[in-house]
Amino acid sequence: MAAEAISAVAARWMLAGEWRAHPGRVVTAALAIAVGVALGFAVHLINASALNEFGRAVRTVNGEADLRVRAAGPEGFDERLYPRLARIDGVAAASPVIELPAAAGKTGLTLIGLDVLRAASVTPGLIGDRNARTAFGEDLVFLSPALLDAAGRRPGQTIDLTAAGRSRTFRIGGKLGAAGEGQMIAVMDIAAAQWRFDRLGRIDRVDLRLAQGADAARVQRAVAAVLPPDAQLADQQSDERTSDNLSRAYRVNLDMLALMALLTGGFLVYSAQSLSVARRRAQFALLRVLGVTRRALLAQVLVEGAIVGGVGAVLGLGIGFALAKGALSVSGGDLGGGYFSGQTPELVFAPGAAAIFLVLGFIAALAGSLLPAREAARAQPAVALKNVGDAVDPRIAPRARFALAALGAGGACALLPAVGDLPLFGYLSMALLLAGGVAAMPWLARVLLAPAQRLTFKAPALDLAIKRLWGAPSQAAVALAGIVASTSLMIAMAVMVASFRGSVDEWLGQLLPADLYMRVDGAGLGLDPETQARLAAAPGVANIQFTRTTALRMAADRPPVALIARPGGWAASDIPLMIGRAIAPPTGAVPVWVSEPFSRIYGRRVGDRIDLPIGPGGRTGVVIAGVWRDYARQHGAIAIDARDFERLTGDRARTEASVDLAPGAQPASVIASLRAALPPGLAPRVTFARPRELREMALRIFDRSFAVTYLLEAVAIFVGLTGVAATISAQTLARSKEFGMLRHVGVLRGQIVAMLAAEGGLLGAVGGMAGIGLGLVMSQVLIHVINPQSFHWTMQTRLPWPLFAGVGAALVAASAGAALLAGRRALSADAVRAVREDW
Amino acid sequence: MPPRPAPTASPILTLHGLRKTVPGGRVLFDGLELALAPGEFVAIMGESGAGKSTLLNLIAGLDLADAGHVAIDGIDLAGLDDDGRTRLRRDRVGFVFQAFHILPHLTLAQNVALPLVLQHAPAPEALARAEALLEAVGLAGRGGDHPPQLSGGELQRVAIARALIHRPGLILADEPTGNLDPQTAERVLDVFARQIRESGAAAVLVTHSERAAAVADRRYVLTGEGLVERHGG
Repeated sequence: MAAEAISAVAARWMLAGEWRAHPGRVVTAALAIAVGVALGFAVHLINASALNEFGRAVRTVNGEADLRVRAAGPEGFDERLYPRLARIDGVAAASPVIELPAAAGKTGLTLIGLDVLRAASVTPGLIGDRNARTAFGEDLVFLSPALLDAAGRRPGQTIDLTAAGRSRTFRIGGKLGAAGEGQMIAVMDIAAAQWRFDRLGRIDRVDLRLAQGADAARVQRAVAAVLPPDAQLADQQSDERTSDNLSRAYRVNLDMLALMALLTGGFLVYSAQSLSVARRRAQFALLRVLGVTRRALLAQVLVEGAIVGGVGAVLGLGIGFALAKGALSVSGGDLGGGYFSGQTPELVFAPGAAAIFLVLGFIAALAGSLLPAREAARAQPAVALKNVGDAVDPRIAPRARFALAALGAGGACALLPAVGDLPLFGYLSMALLLAGGVAAMPWLARVLLAPAQRLTFKAPALDLAIKRLWGAPSQAAVALAGIVASTSLMIAMAVMVASFRGSVDEWLGQLLPADLYMRVDGAGLGLDPETQARLAAAPGVANIQFTRTTALRMAADRPPVALIARPGGWAASDIPLMIGRAIAPPTGAVPVWVSEPFSRIYGRRVGDRIDLPIGPGGRTGVVIAGVWRDYARQHGAIAIDARDFERLTGDRARTEASVDLAPGAQPASVIASLRAALPPGLAPRVTFARPRELREMALRIFDRSFAVTYLLEAVAIFVGLTGVAATISAQTLARSKEFGMLRHVGVLRGQIVAMLAAEGGLLGAVGGMAGIGLGLVMSQVLIHVINPQSFHWTMQTRLPWPLFAGVGAALVAASAGAALLAGRRALSADAVRAVREDW
Repeated sequence: MPPRPAPTASPILTLHGLRKTVPGGRVLFDGLELALAPGEFVAIMGESGAGKSTLLNLIAGLDLADAGHVAIDGIDLAGLDDDGRTRLRRDRVGFVFQAFHILPHLTLAQNVALPLVLQHAPAPEALARAEALLEAVGLAGRGGDHPPQLSGGELQRVAIARALIHRPGLILADEPTGNLDPQTAERVLDVFARQIRESGAAAVLVTHSERAAAVADRRYVLTGEGLVERHGG
């Protein structure tokens, strides 16, 4: 096949000549790819670094354990399970662990109690720099470097730790050098932890190390056989799946958004290459006449695209790495998403991912070049040598067959379920809708302009503009492709975010009917019954309702769900929050009300029976009485009547309260009286907020977690508008011969400029209308397919009209402005020379 | 200077029973015959729309006849696919166009050398030969210039050099003086005829111009019946 390829020297001459003549276009196309690759790579690097850090933290705590038995609920499980596990054939070492959420002042941490001698062979990272003298001290605690820093303490000093509602003072025995950066952990002897925090007889975890050569599957079966309902078996994979599940949908969404930017880059390459090919029709025809085969010409144009893509992708990788580094230091590993709080991960370069994004950038540029390359190769050289205008006969109506097929396939994909908890068909649906929408542009431009084309306008500029756009739909479509691609993606994202924000805002309004809310910060702390009684009797309090939130593990490989105990569960007053019907549970059954994400994640509906890992024997069967809307807990929540919760767990502590004020009572004075009613040790850990403040804070968090989305969107808009301007400028400059002719026949310079501005404005308007329309369709896929499948919640569509108007105006202005500026440049050339110009 | 081949050599171009109609069914020509020996130079004249350029496209394999055969160096174009015809064109045919078609972003030497590098000739060798040919057409030392710096007549002389550089057996020229003023046309024709004769290639010149046709060895008029030879002035 070597003979089929255009010779290397000729290829080099052609490329160098073209790029020397139009460096701006090449740079724009390469930058478009670079931006797409940079965003994709940066988002991927940040995600990978955050997960890596998260995994490192998990590994420090879990050590070399092959298997872990852990509690499903906050009460732990009976410690008598430990010797039974240790005796199982194939288990070489077993280490019992207490793991409590705790606080040191305002700093949250995880308190770990372990048996030093047993932990040494399973979780050596948690032993710290202790020696025999310090190993067994019951008042000793070993802290991670980050915790020492945060608490402002040094080994040898004392520290007050609060956990399980109790505050105790310990002496700092040393530092846990193996703890990861930013990790907040404190380690002490297990017996001391059980005694000091009232956990006698209960443990939270047993780490198991298997004997060399032991059959892991057999040991797992043996372990599972002795487990009570309130304990679960986990291995390294299920732990990794848990941390992966924690933020997977969010990460995939960001990845997809970044890939959409790359897709926009691909469209810009398409625009640039189409224009370049259209302009060089006669040059390519000459090459065909001089003996270059169709395939060699196709390869030549593809090589041009590939080089642009390659340069853009390499540049993008560099920019992406720098972006990731900057973003990690500014907003952390979850880009404001709130999944990995407190960690500033170390950026890790991922060569595999870099190779993938390099290839993706390459593919985007090649795909963008393919259609123009085919057009160049298919042109009849004899015809193309004589005719350098639009190759499409204006009488022939553009076809919409491919567009309809792609749109239909996109619609069908939207109906398919998630794959492995990811909305892959949803994303495919978006891509197909986008491709179909862009492919429909020549047809749509023809349809939209047809009524205007039949009229004759008094202003010759407008008349000429409409007739040209109508008559040269293929050229119009090239400019429209970029406009529609970037506009529709941006509108789809904007409608989704506006709908989400609106739904969250409305939900907050329904969720926060009381006058005042209070919460105990720091897991493990709570308001005991005496404190609750004092708070209820505080001056200015008309009514106070206490709730208790704890974490329950419903599956070994999923993040815990929130169990919320509140008076009456979710009864009549909560009807606005309910989705669908609610039922009265059968007599004797314990009712629970599950959140929408729980219902979707675990596939449970109203009327279903589920087992909660609480109560006698660590298992209680309950009935789902209703499903409620919840945007706060992505991994699911279960509400239970406080009386049932107390009966099942004996736990009477509460973590939150909502307060109705007495008539005339001032919130500030009520807060003061409530604070006075709190035990002195607890008062600093309780925060008060009014509904308005909570609402503002929630929306602030929402906006922060979507900040990166807004940023990616802004970049997509910028790339899109730049592409639109570049495309229109190039098209305008390529028409200097036409302008020369018009000047010859007496059209004024000002009229030509007005015609170009009208053309640009019309293009922007048609593209804007099509882009907004397509974006609305795509937003429905985001709202009704991708979001429910990713985050397991639904929302109602809300349309951001001001944004539509702004985008439409910006598109018309950018298109008209670009055409106007390019027109002035094109008209600056001598009209006579333009007509005689050969190329 | 290569010797002119003997007229008795086997034909470089044979057109036999050629028929071509245009969309709408009008017959441009039917049963057209022509044989061209190496070194022969013929001119084909005819009214606008008679099919002169179409005939040239058929000879170059850029268009296909409805009936009949075109053979270059004994190779029937009908037996070749598009790639085959393209390769044949690259190796054995040179072109001169009315609109010059000089690539604007390449230097003059690169433009002239293009057919040779398309045959994978080393660039230095191709560029050296291009400079020599530019000198032969009166553009000595201009190889580094770019096309926008040249006049129409100069551009056409570059095109003539490009048509000859790979030593094709057949040159096809479509109205090479159509875009030039009479004085410039005269000079270009001189160069064209001299270079063709020096190269030993056969040539088909399609033109409206009696003056241009006069430089050929034989002159034909294209009619619906085929080519009719015109004798005398």
